[in-house]
Amino acid sequence: MRDSFVRVFGLALVLIALVAAPAFAQDPEPSDDEVNRIAKQLYCPVCPNTPLDVCSTQACAQWRATIREQLELGWNEDQIRQYFVEQYGDRVLATPPARGINWLIYVLPPVVIIVGGLLLLRTIRSWIGTNNGRLVQEELLPEKDVYVNQLEDELRRRESG
Amino acid sequence: MEKLSGIQENREFVEARETSRNWGTMLVWALVLGLLAILGLGLARAQEGPIGIGRNVPEFTLTTFDGEQLNINKSRGKVVLVNFWASWCKPCQQEAAELEEAYQNFKDRDVIFLGVDYVDTEKEALAYLEKFQITYANGPDLGTKISQAFRIRGVPETFIIDRNGIIVDIKIGPYTSLAEIENALQTALEQ
Repeated sequence: MRDSFVRVFGLALVLIALVAAPAFAQDPEPSDDEVNRIAKQLYCPVCPNTPLDVCSTQACAQWRATIREQLELGWNEDQIRQYFVEQYGDRVLATPPARGINWLIYVLPPVVIIVGGLLLLRTIRSWIGTNNGRLVQEELLPEKDVYVNQLEDELRRRESG
Repeated sequence: MEKLSGIQENREFVEARETSRNWGTMLVWALVLGLLAILGLGLARAQEGPIGIGRNVPEFTLTTFDGEQLNINKSRGKVVLVNFWASWCKPCQQEAAELEEAYQNFKDRDVIFLGVDYVDTEKEALAYLEKFQITYANGPDLGTKISQAFRIRGVPETFIIDRNGIIVDIKIGPYTSLAEIENALQTALEQ
């Protein structure tokens, strides 16, 4: 009784495995969301400023179909992006790689912010220090001291003469 | 004496501050001018039309769909027709059959046809070539390098290059007849 139960149970397991195997082997079809997740990182050169996921031209539809096929083949995001870069160049990427002249995009904004901040700081400091500086200059500048004294001496001489 | 020393120190302080300020101003101006120069060059390049008649053909190598490498410099001594097209481009279809017919009529007369497939997918491109029974060399514009070298603004665009590698004819948009293609080729052959 027990042996026959084990045999039937084993047979059932084998049957389930055979039936289920093709279902596991078959790749699920990628959803539109999966395709669009990659598509929105790409820009077709034919349609400037329109991300691939929302572009309605035939060229973009073909690109999305290519992404779908590649996902079905098991490619990951990086592989798909790399394929498009090789085929159509860096210009298709929404985020340009930091090489060549592209590095300016990443370097310039922080540099401008830092330089601007330093200039602002210096300007504020010079505003604060201006009054003190003026007092010092008024007291000590040679133009005030030497020439004014000479002029006053001359005036005094003329008045007395 | 103390007063004179104070005057000297004050003058040095003022001069040092002026020098520092000048360097800062120069640095800012250099940054701004550099940025404007880059923007200007980019804009100028974006505004440029296709490479003009009378100019040397830009160097490029086309890798065909069959894997063959064709370098434009190796075609000196022959007239070359370079046609930019795409499978998604409806106007390209208007001239596809005529281009093939012109190729059949001129292929034995030192004329080379090169089809450059612009921003396209291979499956659809091959289907297009089959549909119009195109037999001349065709390949993808890998990295859009060839189209950028020719500064094309769209497809179709066709360039005819004489035996010396000089661009002698440019057609923006599709050819309207076989005679138009053949006249342009004949003129290039006679130059």
